[in-house]
Amino acid sequence: MNENALKELLYKIADDQLILGHRNSEWTGMGPLLEEDIAFSSMAQDKIGQSYAIYTILHSLGEQDPDTIAFTRNANQFHNSILTELPNGEYDFSLIRHFLYDTAEIIRFEMLTHSSYTPLAELAIKIRAELKYHTLHANTWIKQLGSATEESIERLQKSLDYAMPYALGIFEESPYEAEIIKSGIFAGEKALYETWKQNIEAVIDQTRLHLADWSLLKPVLGGRLGNHSDHLQPLLDEMSEVFRIDPSAEW
Amino acid sequence: MANPYSIDQIYSWLEEVKDPEIPVLSLVDLGVITRVEVTGEEVKIEMTPTFVGCPAMDLMKQEVLDVLNNNGVKKAEVIISFKEPWNSDKISEKGRQALKQFGLAPPPSGKNLFTDLDVLEHAQCPRCNGNHTELRSPFGPTLCRSIHYCLDCREAFEQFKPL
Repeated sequence: MNENALKELLYKIADDQLILGHRNSEWTGMGPLLEEDIAFSSMAQDKIGQSYAIYTILHSLGEQDPDTIAFTRNANQFHNSILTELPNGEYDFSLIRHFLYDTAEIIRFEMLTHSSYTPLAELAIKIRAELKYHTLHANTWIKQLGSATEESIERLQKSLDYAMPYALGIFEESPYEAEIIKSGIFAGEKALYETWKQNIEAVIDQTRLHLADWSLLKPVLGGRLGNHSDHLQPLLDEMSEVFRIDPSAEW
Repeated sequence: MANPYSIDQIYSWLEEVKDPEIPVLSLVDLGVITRVEVTGEEVKIEMTPTFVGCPAMDLMKQEVLDVLNNNGVKKAEVIISFKEPWNSDKISEKGRQALKQFGLAPPPSGKNLFTDLDVLEHAQCPRCNGNHTELRSPFGPTLCRSIHYCLDCREAFEQFKPL
């Protein structure tokens, strides 16, 4: 097994979880309803905890400890997809991103339950079960608000159109893609994308929203290789502020 | 040399360690202790979190070590492992009763969840045992709880989430 290929895969998965977990946490105290405030805060806690577990695997492979990995890298060392770092915007955008990302996320972890790398396969079984609550939440809201009032439909449609090219960036291939597939660590981004597309269509078809022609969409790539939008570094600065002042602080 | 501690003895010590959020429920009944191994003087315990992001894990790990030390174990180790991932069916019958007495609805079996949403929608009220209830939020005050409302008692309650 090529260890660099494995590490690259682990980094991109964990970084997605951490960055979107942080964005979700920005809804704490700001949610449009108490229940939604709690939902995004809980999903934040889940995703950040899951990133920690994956960084712990990386640590066992010789990388730095999880806090150092999370708090001391610069934006160009992160492998998250650009979708996850975009600001929360209004609630419609956060919901659409949550739906597009979490649908891919649960399929990814489902695929990883079959990974030839046992520590990842074991963890994936656990994470997959937790994520069911996340996709249940996303699907419920998309179905309800995607068929509710003119305003809710228009807002979601606008966010969907805006987010879709970024969502396709989730599936940006790794430089080690062929090796990862061949060694059975992960079945690859193409396979993930195909299942994701079907699942997205299955939910959107139950609403008054519509999807653009897939063949006309141009993916926003670069995140997996460290080429991020201007939104990531300010997020990292805020997230790591306490750690940078005092790395031994407990809070 | 015979092992100075029996596995049963260690499990009975671990009964003292409770879930910090649910002080009536021991870690043993919660089902998060997945392995106890005694080799000579050394005790090795494997634990697994209920939810990966459970913030109480470090505290529970420390309390397990404290209990072992208080009972004279000199060399103890606690490992967090996902080899046997936790699910809500791992809560013992005693644990389910403890949850109910604490006012939390015990989880229904997690196996059929999400092919059958009624499982989430109509939790059994821990006060009146009725199913005339509704789901208010699948997310609650901690990662492992959801929020429900009993239409008979007219009171909100929480359920330990099926997983």
